Amino acid sequence: METIPSIRVENLTRKFGAFTAIQNVSFTVNRGEIVGFLGPNGAGKSTTMRILSGIMPATSGSAWVGGTAVAHDPHKVKQRIGYMPENNPLPDDMRVVEYLRFRARLKGVSRRKLRETVQDVMETCDLARTARRKIIGTLSKGFRQRVGIADALLGDPEVIIMDEPTIGLDPHQIQGIRKLIDDLRGRLTVVLSSHILPEIERCCDRVIIINRGRIVASGTSDSLREEFLPGNRFELEVEGSERSVAEALTAKGIEAEILEKTAAEGNILHLTLRAEGNGELGPQLIAALNESPDCTLRSLAPRVPNLEEIFLAATKRSWEETIDSSKAKPASADTP
Amino acid sequence: MRNFFILLKHELRMLLISPTTYIAAVLFLSLMGFLYWAILRGMVNTPEESLPIVQFLKIFWIPVFFVVPLLTMRSIAGERSSGTLDTLMTTPTSRVAVILSKFGGAYIFYMLLWLSTLSFPYIAAKFFPSAALSGSLLELAPIIGGFTFLALSGILFISIGIFASSITRSQLVAGMLSFTTLFVVIIGGQQLANISASGAELSLWASETINYLQIFQHLDDFSRGVIDTRPFFYYTSTGVLLLGLSTLVIEAKA
Repeated sequence: METIPSIRVENLTRKFGAFTAIQNVSFTVNRGEIVGFLGPNGAGKSTTMRILSGIMPATSGSAWVGGTAVAHDPHKVKQRIGYMPENNPLPDDMRVVEYLRFRARLKGVSRRKLRETVQDVMETCDLARTARRKIIGTLSKGFRQRVGIADALLGDPEVIIMDEPTIGLDPHQIQGIRKLIDDLRGRLTVVLSSHILPEIERCCDRVIIINRGRIVASGTSDSLREEFLPGNRFELEVEGSERSVAEALTAKGIEAEILEKTAAEGNILHLTLRAEGNGELGPQLIAALNESPDCTLRSLAPRVPNLEEIFLAATKRSWEETIDSSKAKPASADTP
Repeated sequence: MRNFFILLKHELRMLLISPTTYIAAVLFLSLMGFLYWAILRGMVNTPEESLPIVQFLKIFWIPVFFVVPLLTMRSIAGERSSGTLDTLMTTPTSRVAVILSKFGGAYIFYMLLWLSTLSFPYIAAKFFPSAALSGSLLELAPIIGGFTFLALSGILFISIGIFASSITRSQLVAGMLSFTTLFVVIIGGQQLANISASGAELSLWASETINYLQIFQHLDDFSRGVIDTRPFFYYTSTGVLLLGLSTLVIEAKA
């Protein structure tokens, strides 16, 4: 039997008057996957998430959660989704345990299982010992975030959607939340959006990059790297001039492009190179530069582009495409 | 329906732990206590035809103007601006249950406030047993009639507040909106009647309509024991209409 994907979205479009927030967005998320949603501010991440959780209707297109169409049966979809909205709004004057019990009752947890369910999620989110009886208004931001995630976990959902779960947290708290998300891996489908790209890269199986309401890239960070920033990259520290490096490389028949150049103290240069080739490229580079009389190699390291660079490349490309397609002024964006 | 009771319980609990509740209650009871005392004092000096409780209920509009906006302005506008309305909407709860629970919470509290004013005649009777003996303080019929009126008109007043709160995200706007609407509904009907009384000849249907909207007339009828179905219909139908509109608003403006 074919397994039903946890989330399937087809040609989703949402307009606010003349403004199109998202346009023809399509993607699927399989069961047990952790998917990161990336995009600049106003790209349409929150809108997509709100449509998925049934708060907001789409203008056109369809979305299914666990095989149920959101527009057709929002009630059933809401039972399957745990949603944590942006900024994680919580009532300030309730106690953590009271709030979670109230939410659990609303999500259909029976009175008999209430105590146990709430205790379970509080233990998962590390709230049970420290913050159980605390008033939410007095909690630190990290704990508030935990309460939000605990709330999303209540009622045994299949899919957890979190809008910016790590926003405004310190590195310790971010690590805590990441561990929490790691613990959910395999048990639940998790969709989260964030601006903190290393976070997404570390904890997500797959990334969807959205810009100006369109999906511009989707896949694992490796496949995105291949697509948007192909070739091998190296960082070099060389004593000598840029020209001498280029000459040394062409003499050996290595085609390389110097992407970045910064001068350090003395006549030492920091260079970022992009070159086509296989895994042997590193030794070849070392050999080529060693043989050159004009420059001395100080250090060489392969550089794997991080998600930030992929993200910038993908969003930049989509901007150029939209500018081209709207026949506006020619793209004038300078290379950063 | 199950969710309605969970939400209503939550509403009442939030009212119980919120300081605004107690401030509103203290203000309301001290103002009403003072007015009751003033009415009794006035009766000592000049004999009046109507009973003190009837006169007391005639000024129901004074507390309505401030208690209803205070009670309801936070209900939906506050939740919307803090974002908790969103989290509520992500649970499998119907919009109707949300609105009804907000209405229920505010209405129960409003009625509790009014019922606690019943202690005034009892206190007075304790201190002036002779007046109590004559039956003028604790006569049951006008009390029942008057409170039936309060319970009925409360449906309309609280729904006005809930509706005002549902269409905006600012509590201040919600409060002002419900205050002005209440003013128009309570005083406007009387003013229209005054215009027609001051000579302007109105067609039959217009004067019928204006009669239908006479809230003070309704109070008079009720405290004299005339329980009419027309005001009953007026308050409940308008209340239900406003609550229905609020449901549509939060559905569209989620």
